[in-house]
Amino acid sequence: MKKARVLDVKDLSVHFRVDTGSMFRHDYHTIRAVDRVSLRVHSGETLGIVGESGCGKSTLARAILGLIRPTGGKVLWLGEDLTRLDAESLRKKRRELQLIFQDPSGSLDPRMTAGQIIAEPLRIFHPSMARVQIRERVQGMMKLVGLLTDQINRYPHEFSGGQCQRIGIARALVLNPRLVVCDEPVSALDVSIQAQIVNLLRDLQKKLQLSLIFIAHDLSIVRHVSDRVLVMYMGRVMEVADRNSIYHRPAHPYTQALIESVPIPDPVRERARQQRMLTSEMPSPINPPSGCVFRTRCPYAIDACAVSEPKLEKDEHGNRVACIRAGEWRQEAEKAAADAEDGPAAETDPQEPGGS
Amino acid sequence: MALLEVRGLNVSFDTPEGVVHAVNGIDFDLEPGQTLGIVGESGSGKTQTALAIMGLLAENGQAAGSVNFRGQELLGMSAQELSRVRGSKISMIFQDPVSSLNPYMSVGDQLVEVLTHHRNLKRREARERAVEMLRLVRINDPQQRMRQYPHELSGGMCQRIMIAMGLLCQPDLLIADEPTTALDVTVQSQINSLMAELGEKSSTAILLITHDLGVVAGLCDKVLVMYAGEIMESADVHRLFADPRHPYTEGLLRSVPRLDQDQMMNLNTIPGNPPNLLEIPEGCTFSSRCKYAWERCAEKPALELVDDDEEAGRRYKRCHLEELPE
Repeated sequence: MKKARVLDVKDLSVHFRVDTGSMFRHDYHTIRAVDRVSLRVHSGETLGIVGESGCGKSTLARAILGLIRPTGGKVLWLGEDLTRLDAESLRKKRRELQLIFQDPSGSLDPRMTAGQIIAEPLRIFHPSMARVQIRERVQGMMKLVGLLTDQINRYPHEFSGGQCQRIGIARALVLNPRLVVCDEPVSALDVSIQAQIVNLLRDLQKKLQLSLIFIAHDLSIVRHVSDRVLVMYMGRVMEVADRNSIYHRPAHPYTQALIESVPIPDPVRERARQQRMLTSEMPSPINPPSGCVFRTRCPYAIDACAVSEPKLEKDEHGNRVACIRAGEWRQEAEKAAADAEDGPAAETDPQEPGGS
Repeated sequence: MALLEVRGLNVSFDTPEGVVHAVNGIDFDLEPGQTLGIVGESGSGKTQTALAIMGLLAENGQAAGSVNFRGQELLGMSAQELSRVRGSKISMIFQDPVSSLNPYMSVGDQLVEVLTHHRNLKRREARERAVEMLRLVRINDPQQRMRQYPHELSGGMCQRIMIAMGLLCQPDLLIADEPTTALDVTVQSQINSLMAELGEKSSTAILLITHDLGVVAGLCDKVLVMYAGEIMESADVHRLFADPRHPYTEGLLRSVPRLDQDQMMNLNTIPGNPPNLLEIPEGCTFSSRCKYAWERCAEKPALELVDDDEEAGRRYKRCHLEELPE
């Protein structure tokens, strides 16, 4: 079933200029927070974006919504390029594109009641709407997200974290948007509450035919809610694939590393699990590695990886992957695993010398 | 005799709104070399339990009951005596590694201070020991790191340094409060495997506080499940995950999204929210959120021994149900 494409992001870049100099001398550098990212979202689909902190996933979300002016590239929303709109037309477009934030209580005004918070977008975009109508709509939204309508006059501090996130969701949905970007919507919540919010988002998506972009650092949640998953590292797309391929046939070594670092809540499997841990930590974005940005942490890197930046290309399973060794590294990994089973291999130091 | 024996531990806080009962009569033992996990949602009292053991409760907090460490009662000990135990026999690592380190002192000076203070070592010997310990927690180029300040290091590196600092005096007990929660997944797995290795190699017992059941599955021998300041279930880690006996444990295990799950199913949820600790409900504290609740739940269930297995040890649960319905 082919669904209509609603969002088409082409070569989107966000670069920041930073000054690392001293008090007396400027020393400007360019940080490529988002670098030539292309992605598509279809109607009613969830695209998951996953990556470590600092990989540019939140910056990407904000650039798509026009909250940050991109340095280059296009954001085509229903065929119209949002990056070329002036501030006023962009503001009008926001009715269709909404954002849900990570910190549920911090993103709500503490001096407004739940009802006022949910009604605010209506007052801004439909100033002529009657009070009764607004009230009706707000109550409808509260029921939809699982809040009691008699809580309409309460303030954010009277709600728990999960309930605050429900208010944030109601506020985002009150204008009937078509695309909602969820930036780490559940990472601040407890597991039992997390599950409530994740289920709520999925039910609402079905009911309202929403397209979602779901950003998180936790691959298991992203895989759980998404149809397709995009893996980001240092502002670049490493891999895009559907939810099953990304787990069963990761084509990029970084995706593999992310999968391996998620602990499994099962003592038998968790202890038997093979871990090839990532060496060292993410390099400084001020001075990224040449060629493939992941090569300094990649267990399968070869000299050729330093030469040119790999392009995102389709492999035989339909995963789009940016790795020049996409076809080869898995065989190498399987061979190493077989060798390790045959005899005790020399223990490798997980810290690469000189890395920091 | 157990290394740590906690009996009837209560922690309460005087607040302008009333008395908050954070921990309500918990008992547990920790054997030398064992790793015990405490899991539960925020507000379940897991961190306050650790702070009470360490004598680090906030000023409006009081601990009652007994915390017996190697035959010594820790509750009610004078500040001076306590500080002799803390750091040398018991050490603690916190959730946020960067703010747990002193920003004005180099890493080396902070490590050396621990040894000169608790072990009366000369600075030079202390430096050698510190460098050795940094190597043990797999910090490369330790001489260079010793000269650096916390802000120059990443979160993962700071947490390694905290672990090194915690182990410098070869404590009998290491308390780790959410040691990997603030870190990225890839760094988390590095720290976890480091902790697992230390747990196996050294005789240090670890009390691990976390909300992440995956971490518990990988590291712990025994697990306590806490809810509203009480122990709901305690068991050997394999038994607990394979066959949870308390509805809360079952609910927690089922609400975690699993990476190895292929179907897009709705997650099981625990409805509602944890109780307000100012007014803890009568009867079973979990009953208002429990899908199996029945009339008897209005009466408070006791923590009962349900299994005494030679291999897996004792198993306790606080629930009126004999068995969980399928």
